[in-house]
Amino acid sequence: MDYHFQWRPVLRSLPEMLGGALVTMEIAAIAMLLGTVLAIFLALCKRSGKRYLALPADVWIETARNTPALFQIYTLYFGLGSLGLQFSSFAALLFGITFNNAGYLAETFRGGFEAVPETQIKAARSLGMSSPQAMCYIVIPQMLRAVFHAMTNQMVWSILMSSMGVIVGLNSDLTGVTQQLNVITYRTFEYFFVAACLYYLVSKALTSSARLLAWRLFRY
Amino acid sequence: MYFGGSFTWDDFQFLLVGAVSTISITLVSVLIGTCLGVLFGLIRAGSPWWISNTIGAILDVFRSVPLLIQLVLFNSFNSMLKLNWPTFAVGCVCLGVYASAFCTEIVRSGVGAVPQTTRRAARSLGLTWAQELRSITLPIAVRIVFPSWIGLALGVMKDTALVLWIGIVELLRSAQIVTSRVQEPLLILSVVGLIYFLMSFPIARLGARLEAKWSVK
Repeated sequence: MDYHFQWRPVLRSLPEMLGGALVTMEIAAIAMLLGTVLAIFLALCKRSGKRYLALPADVWIETARNTPALFQIYTLYFGLGSLGLQFSSFAALLFGITFNNAGYLAETFRGGFEAVPETQIKAARSLGMSSPQAMCYIVIPQMLRAVFHAMTNQMVWSILMSSMGVIVGLNSDLTGVTQQLNVITYRTFEYFFVAACLYYLVSKALTSSARLLAWRLFRY
Repeated sequence: MYFGGSFTWDDFQFLLVGAVSTISITLVSVLIGTCLGVLFGLIRAGSPWWISNTIGAILDVFRSVPLLIQLVLFNSFNSMLKLNWPTFAVGCVCLGVYASAFCTEIVRSGVGAVPQTTRRAARSLGLTWAQELRSITLPIAVRIVFPSWIGLALGVMKDTALVLWIGIVELLRSAQIVTSRVQEPLLILSVVGLIYFLMSFPIARLGARLEAKWSVK
């Protein structure tokens, strides 16, 4: 193999890449937060049994789950221009991942809601809580506990999906920064190898802190 | 919004060719992923913890790094080692290895779900290791994990969209090409979305039906 590795330029631009990793985490976290809220809403719509609520939720969930995430980001970025909606690549990526997260999480939450016994709601209501109160204080906390592990996985997915922003021209997240440096220097392997290591570290840090958090939150 | 553009039958056929390319990449990489996954899964299920954990840790890397970056790295390996593989092969091998990381866990959980007593009973009836695996463990395990395997295959199908980054013209990339000619992004992306949906949704439904039907009572 007559390929000469040159790691010096990569090490020199490491701070830039770390900044990119921060943006990646930011995008993933915001998309996850918005996705969770939307997913609870979607799951409740599906559970409500009312057709005019369940149908749009179904369309959202099935579209999110049965088309590629990249396609969803593409449609937001290139497609919605025809409707006069111009998204920046950052917004397209963020909303694309949010859309995707919400679809997948809604399905997870539907299972989670079924894990909360019906008697819990009845007990809450008979203690004088209103229906929204029972939902917020009794059902949703227990549901989130049941799906915590699945949510951790989704969060990792969210980080990995954020790498697709570079395809719609984002240059501030980890992959975007890496690609820009790659275009300047043509040290493709070195830059992307370091990016891969950073992604690995970020997702490992995330899963281990989630495990720690679960241990803190869910012991009785 | 203007839908009356010049999106012709030829353009639609071009998209269908892209869809065929997506399907063939999916089939090849699922095949690679399943073969490797069964191999690693069986090794993981039946070896001492230090071998099992080492394989697990290595395969975990493929699940913690974005596929896009894996594709770029595989592609640069291809030129660094002067392998001169066609891009199609690079895409398939990369996706296949990626799929094998998930398939390994599926196979392992399936083999783990077969009761130890059943396996021991088979062995004490005089079946060899290979016979027991073929006629006892695998039939039971396949029933348990087939729905998740379908989920994996569909996931790979959706991930094939990423190979456009290394220059393979699949469904999404052909949509881009058609768009640059017709200038109707929303219409074309809707058509492409529908094609993806039709490729994925029926199989996803089938998986869900089988899961309900085959679930162990």
